[in-house]
Amino acid sequence: MSITPTSAQFKTNAHHALGDADLQSALAHVPTGFVANRASAIANLPEFDALRDSARDIKNHTLAHLDLYLEAYEEKVKAAGGHVHFARTSDEANAIVLEICKAHDAHIVTKGKSMISEEMGLNDVLAAHAITPVETDLGEYIIQLRHETPSHIIAPAAHLTKAQVEGDFRRAHVDLDRARNLEEPETLLAEARTILRQNFLKADVGITGANFLIAETGTSIIVTNEGNGDLTQTLPKVHIVLASIEKLVPTLEDAAQILRVLARSATGQDMSVYTTLSTGPRRADDPDGPEHYHVIILDNGRSSMLAGPFKDMLRCIRCGACMNHCPVYQAVGGHAYGWVYPGPMGAVLTPALIGLDQSADLPNASSFCGKCEEVCPVRIPLPKLMRLWRDRAFERHLMPWTQRAALGFWAFFARHPRLYRGATSMAIGMLGLFGRGKDNLNALPFLKAWTKSRDFPVPQGGTFQAQWAKRNAGPQIKAPKS
Amino acid sequence: MSDARTEIFSSIRRALGVTSTEAPRRAIVEDRLERAPKGIVPARGQGDPAARKEIFKTQALRAQTSLAEVASLDAVPAEVATYLRDNNLAARVRGGADPRLASMSWTETDFILEQAKEGSDLTSISIAFGGVAETGTLAFVAGKDNPTHLNFLPDHHIAVLQASDIVSDYERLLRKLRMVYGKGLMPRVLNFITGPSRSADIAHTLLLGAHGPRRLHIIIVNDV
Repeated sequence: MSITPTSAQFKTNAHHALGDADLQSALAHVPTGFVANRASAIANLPEFDALRDSARDIKNHTLAHLDLYLEAYEEKVKAAGGHVHFARTSDEANAIVLEICKAHDAHIVTKGKSMISEEMGLNDVLAAHAITPVETDLGEYIIQLRHETPSHIIAPAAHLTKAQVEGDFRRAHVDLDRARNLEEPETLLAEARTILRQNFLKADVGITGANFLIAETGTSIIVTNEGNGDLTQTLPKVHIVLASIEKLVPTLEDAAQILRVLARSATGQDMSVYTTLSTGPRRADDPDGPEHYHVIILDNGRSSMLAGPFKDMLRCIRCGACMNHCPVYQAVGGHAYGWVYPGPMGAVLTPALIGLDQSADLPNASSFCGKCEEVCPVRIPLPKLMRLWRDRAFERHLMPWTQRAALGFWAFFARHPRLYRGATSMAIGMLGLFGRGKDNLNALPFLKAWTKSRDFPVPQGGTFQAQWAKRNAGPQIKAPKS
Repeated sequence: MSDARTEIFSSIRRALGVTSTEAPRRAIVEDRLERAPKGIVPARGQGDPAARKEIFKTQALRAQTSLAEVASLDAVPAEVATYLRDNNLAARVRGGADPRLASMSWTETDFILEQAKEGSDLTSISIAFGGVAETGTLAFVAGKDNPTHLNFLPDHHIAVLQASDIVSDYERLLRKLRMVYGKGLMPRVLNFITGPSRSADIAHTLLLGAHGPRRLHIIIVNDV
């Protein structure tokens, strides 16, 4: 069981998102926050680009030897007294979590932020078996109250305004004084902190994700800013780590390389506040820590990605930089993408994991500006991979007939240059006439749906080809004599 | 679930076009795990001990910590008392069994030895395994000396860092870790901490003290 994707309805989703005033006001923070902070962090580290190459190479090396590093990792976890479980599908992973929870008679499970858990739809499975999952990352806690999925991989509640969070807290925390003042974000934070603190201390099992698994030492790493992941894994008697196969890195040194690009790309911090390396359960002289340490390694379609061009996507370290810098994401937010992973990385990963037939529109959700590839810390060629999915969607007849017909129409003209020139100069002439005296057209005949949310610039002069011909025929510009 | 395991490994090997038996592949992996080669190390943390300390301080302040320096471990309790007074906190700290803490004379402040998690106290104290100048980051290792939860549960976390334990970069800290624990072995938990807890999950507003400490106060002991 996992969440039902609505990626196939991307266009409808995006349309609603553009008209959602709360969403638009929340999204306005993305360029001023994430984007600006990343830029300033990178300006402070001359070695940043070299580190990106290094991170890319480490990931490529690991993926090429993934079977052997997984074996080495498994041995080390066992040697430290932990358990490693493998799951082919979300269903298998959920079953393993349930089995562990039942073996320890768990009633309350605290959770650190984990995208794999979202992919598994774990919370619904736990709830169906009378186990209460409590999300402890503040953003995840808020969206759990709203029965929503994350709209951003590192800022799950990036789509919400303060007023919406206040409304949710008033609805959910009914035991508290109704007249309390929740004007300031600080007060909301304090309220969540108090409520979640009780859950940290009560929980039987703590579940976290993993940013990295280290083969050299059998270590799992979480990277957080709040400290919720650490309380989740330190206080209960059982710690379950959820990770997918591509989280492996060979050594501690390799993790150090990638950590240097992770936080800078994500939030613009040099390091996130808490980077925690965990190896096995509580030891003889430990006064705290879990008595049982389990790692569940999920495949869910990734191993077959190793064979083709989408292998590059398995380098992804989930920093979110691609979505932060994406003009489409900035306009529609994460929910429009309809499944777990939004933005450019989601547009590439989602078709691989849930099928292109369920998500054929996602690779089109791009202006191909190339910003995503430009900022990617592990240099994933995201535009190229989106284009590959588009090719496949065309081959498999997954796009609407109107689009195929339009492409066929264009292809005909493109193969007949004289007709093409004639038709384009006629169209330009008509548009020029239509928009005389204006800079932009905000309505075009037959294209109302397109111009409703966009302006079309009024052509200035003839077609590019006509202007080029004129320029070459006219007086040549000579370089000034020195 | 051994079926799942077998199938995942076969699927990976099929996709990579390999079997598990190629000797050169194994040799490459074993060599990397053994040598743990370091990659690019940023220049900014490098320098002599005095320079490293200054870089550490600059970076730690950028991460919203507060700092104090004392001349020796004996002077730590007085600085703790000052911090507690300045912040209107009860004269009480909770700490682990680290012999360095035990040997200090706690005259102005109640030092409570933490044996099990309680989570009710406002202030904790722990001694860092090391500091990384590059990013102003503290490293702590789990164990009875400095229990991990003391880094997270209290509102105020006071961290003691001996200046001689400040290294330039992560690679040097990892080298020190291997000297103490052995190659391929780790403490149960190694915490890298850079500043106090924070969140920007409510309307993109950065707030300190999400679930972990609202304040991180570092006392650097000038032992070099």
